[in-house]
Amino acid sequence: MHFTINGEQHDANPDIRASLLDLLREHLGLTGTKKGCDHGQCGACTVLVNGRRINACLTLAVMHQDDDILTIEGLGSADNLHPLQAAFVKHDGFQCGYCTPGQICSAVGMLDEVAKGWPSHVSGSLDTIELTETEISERMSGNLCRCSAYPNIVDAISEVAGLAPAGREVASS
Amino acid sequence: MKTFEYTKADSPEAAVAAGGRFIAGGTNLLDLMKLQIEAPEKLVDISRLDLATIEERADGGLTIGALVPNSDLAADPRVIKRYPVLSRALLAGASGQLRNKASTGGNLLQRTRCYYFYDTAMPCNKREPGSGCAAIGGFNRILAILGTSDQCIATHPSDMAVAMRALDAVIVTLQPGGDRRRIAIHDFYRLPGDTPHIETVIQPGELITHIDLPPPPAGKQLYRKVRDRASYAFALVSIAGIVSVEDGRIASASLAFGGLGPMPWRNPAVEAALIGQAPSTAVFEAAADALLADARGHGSNDFKIPLTRRTLIACLRDLTAA
Repeated sequence: MHFTINGEQHDANPDIRASLLDLLREHLGLTGTKKGCDHGQCGACTVLVNGRRINACLTLAVMHQDDDILTIEGLGSADNLHPLQAAFVKHDGFQCGYCTPGQICSAVGMLDEVAKGWPSHVSGSLDTIELTETEISERMSGNLCRCSAYPNIVDAISEVAGLAPAGREVASS
Repeated sequence: MKTFEYTKADSPEAAVAAGGRFIAGGTNLLDLMKLQIEAPEKLVDISRLDLATIEERADGGLTIGALVPNSDLAADPRVIKRYPVLSRALLAGASGQLRNKASTGGNLLQRTRCYYFYDTAMPCNKREPGSGCAAIGGFNRILAILGTSDQCIATHPSDMAVAMRALDAVIVTLQPGGDRRRIAIHDFYRLPGDTPHIETVIQPGELITHIDLPPPPAGKQLYRKVRDRASYAFALVSIAGIVSVEDGRIASASLAFGGLGPMPWRNPAVEAALIGQAPSTAVFEAAADALLADARGHGSNDFKIPLTRRTLIACLRDLTAA
């Protein structure tokens, strides 16, 4: 089978049952994409296929031979961070970091959906979208963080999206 | 996962001729295949068929290709403007990632999230006919109060299908012999009875190609979903409502319910209790009485009966407010 991942061509012969996630991790060594639940419930495996965010665990590799697949490895590198990666570092948007690649790929796809004017469950109007922290939380609900870094994840995405700082209350002694 | 033969179809006709299980988005089927709850011998990949567009109908309705992703359907300007109940229902379901992958046809055919259907160590008549139902007498908080049988109390999990039932959608299929069939959504799903493993009237090898929506009905539309967390959870109860009021009286009403039954639920008696009446709490109570006359709790889902009553009354207040 032939795949296009992060702009590069790859050949692999995974089992017909292989998910896109297993292709990336087990056959191509692209271990940035994480396996959490393997059932589409946690979002750790989120990648971008033809620009759209999907759960790589719930799709067969064989069905993506004609697609452009983008993973966290294609978004940025240690010395050339994607703006969302830099913002996650700045805002402490993780503790253990396991969900982070999925969070970042999801946020890239999510911000593109907002740019296209797609509404969400919390949008007051379906045809005029204003991105708020509530919108970000709703739109990112497919990405779980068991360290519960959610406020910082929202801060990081808010900064990249150009939202005004939230002025979050911080308990002080 | 059991292994399977894989083939990719290049036309709907080739897909039905191939004789296998269809896979489009795969978000539900692959989940179930990993657990060997589904184990098709042959998968026919229909994901690249030319069935992913939304077209205008001459009667003012829309024809939705079966492969239109849930995200695209929810965000389509024609759907937003004319069928907001459908956009709202879609957006209330799943996550952004799943909506990007899940197809319209697959959403209609998705299977219950009953805990015991998923737990292969437990009996389940839907998964293994004749094995029994562990949900009856078990943990059944999310399960059905209407349309159940002594064999199965599973709910249909879709939000989208609830809105489509309120909108009188028609499901268009291609049969293996090449004939087309139009099935009103009201006739599409089956009650469990003593065959809970047979959920729809779709025959093996029959392919959903389109869903037709009639012209948008008059009145206000809303979709309200009550669930255990604010996002990314299945409904405890959901309501798709379309109500018009003329000269102080309810002129038309269409109400469909999720989370209550083995199919997106609709009962003409509910609408009959409303039509011709001046909106009032007593009238709304009568509609709830009609809906819940045969409702039966199974222990941990008893709360759904009063929850549904209160949610319906709240929706009707909003739908009939000036």
